[in-house]
Amino acid sequence: MTADLRTDTQHRTGGVRALYSGNARAVVARGLLATRSTNWIIVLTGVFEPVFYLLALGIGLGSYIGGVTDTQGQPIPYAAYIAPALLAVSAMNGAIYDSTWNVFFKMHFGKLYQGMLATSLGPLDVALGEISLALLRGAAYGTTFLLVMQALGLNLSWTALLALPAILLIAFGFASLGMGITSYMKTFQQMDWIAFVLLPMFLFSATFYPLTVYPEPIQWVVQALPLWHGVELVRGLTTGAIGPAMLVHVGYYLVMVAVGLVFTTRRLRALFLD
Amino acid sequence: MPAPVITATDLTKKYKDFAAVDGISFEVAPGESFGLLGPNGAGKSTTMRMVGAVSTRTSGDLRILGLDPDEHGPAIRSQLGVVPQQDNLDTELRVRDNLLVYGRYFGLPHSQVAKRADELLEFAQLSDRAKAKVDDLSGGMKRRLTIARALINDPRILLLDEPTTGLDPQARHILWDRLFRLKERGTTLVLTTHYMDEAEQLCDRLVVVDKGRIMAEGRPAALIREHSSREVLEVRFGSDRNEGAAATLAGVGDRLEVLPDRILVYAQSGEEALVEVTKRGLEPITSLVRRSSLEDVFLRLTGRTLVE
Ligand SMILES: Nc1ncnc2c1ncn2[C@@H]1O[C@H](COP(=O)(O)OP(=O)(O)O)[C@@H](O)[C@H]1O
Ligand SMILES: [Mg+2]
Repeated sequence: MTADLRTDTQHRTGGVRALYSGNARAVVARGLLATRSTNWIIVLTGVFEPVFYLLALGIGLGSYIGGVTDTQGQPIPYAAYIAPALLAVSAMNGAIYDSTWNVFFKMHFGKLYQGMLATSLGPLDVALGEISLALLRGAAYGTTFLLVMQALGLNLSWTALLALPAILLIAFGFASLGMGITSYMKTFQQMDWIAFVLLPMFLFSATFYPLTVYPEPIQWVVQALPLWHGVELVRGLTTGAIGPAMLVHVGYYLVMVAVGLVFTTRRLRALFLD
Repeated sequence: MPAPVITATDLTKKYKDFAAVDGISFEVAPGESFGLLGPNGAGKSTTMRMVGAVSTRTSGDLRILGLDPDEHGPAIRSQLGVVPQQDNLDTELRVRDNLLVYGRYFGLPHSQVAKRADELLEFAQLSDRAKAKVDDLSGGMKRRLTIARALINDPRILLLDEPTTGLDPQARHILWDRLFRLKERGTTLVLTTHYMDEAEQLCDRLVVVDKGRIMAEGRPAALIREHSSREVLEVRFGSDRNEGAAATLAGVGDRLEVLPDRILVYAQSGEEALVEVTKRGLEPITSLVRRSSLEDVFLRLTGRTLVE
């Protein structure tokens, strides 16, 4: 036998040409068409959940809570304090919904990606397209919530308008990372870990009270989590407390997007273009 | 001679240490209908996936339309139509939407795809099911839809992995008729099958594969001429008497093949062989004279039957 010079397939990547055909929109179009068969009850639950939290905790419980301030020390109503956090959460929920369970089923039980990758689409097209769909859902959830906030008078500054691009970014980050992680999940149990992580992250990311209540080491942990950056970014915008720290939050999400895209693409390639 | 559309040289695919495809070489000319005939596990699907640029080779060389699939996956796939062994239709979309959406994957404009989708539904005899759910289609209809979908980009090569496996005889015949039309129109077909009748009907030329290797190559008729006699006499004596009968039959015809349930006598004339069998005092329970087929070629080359 001749010496086998080509056993290491990893080294024979064809560059971007082999990964991307610039047609992620076809994947998005397919997803939009397929949403006709969506379970709308689940969608509505996702939209209303944060609204219920806002009503129960922000308006209800909030009437007993005083002395709340924004990041720059200005006094604000408790509802206006937690509303932006719940806005970030609703963008996250929408993005996570599509990019985790939906993707998990497509990866393991449907042959959708196999079919897509037999066409001129590359794995990056599929990753970008699917992540964009999840992003759209997150953005839809977030926008609805932002309108509810407006109706309840909880947007305290014109800068709340900038919360719109901010929730797009947050949804993009969670959609991308969510799909990246999901693409490595093999069993239902592993998928349950995602929910196991999401719940405490939702409760403890300075959502309902400031970070300063924690001892310092715990503060570091919370500050490492993605939701905290989203909450702080959006809270600054809707309360009008703008500061340079926001750039860090934006940077965090940009990294999340990139990491998610890279891992999703690699995984799709390994699974469907072995 | 026009340049081949597929050239495989020493093509190998290993999973860990196991070679699913073990150094096969072949060429396919434009307009040709080329087949890979072999039993389950021969490496047909693995070969098709490499040709379809969705699986990377371990070693050897492969050119599809002159391009290396490692480098130009999307560019190659844009010129192929693929019918995989297992249907992978989009069950969340309706029948016609499956075609429209698939066309968009290739970046084709909507107007062009819409027109072509209607033509292809006609071709696949599914026009009246355009709005149906995929899950409501029969197995044969799903297969025809998969073929229609594979044609949406007007591919230069159509890859069909076991196109009729699992279908009832009637559905198979409808499908063969459709594929025959494509062949007549000059579409380059590459198909795998473990049905020798399918290979004989649809392939201009084929390779017989077993355990990842090519055992023989040629036109169906030539392969039969080369590796088998003109006719075959099949005689059954009952499973416990087969062996004994085989001893008595030694020398009848060109060659004997003793299977668990029957003996095959390869001969120029099956009738004359049968006369000789009775002359030797044997009375088969049943006897049948038929022409040699690719099944016999496979048996000759591997000592095993194609379909267990
Ligand atoms: N992904 C895989 N991992 C490990 N072994 C595989 C894989 N795919 C196929 N094989 C093995 O390779 C051999 C050839 O498979 P396949 O190409 O599907 O054969 P065929 O299509 O001719 O029935 C089989 O023994 C099969 O078990
Ligand atoms: Mg197969």
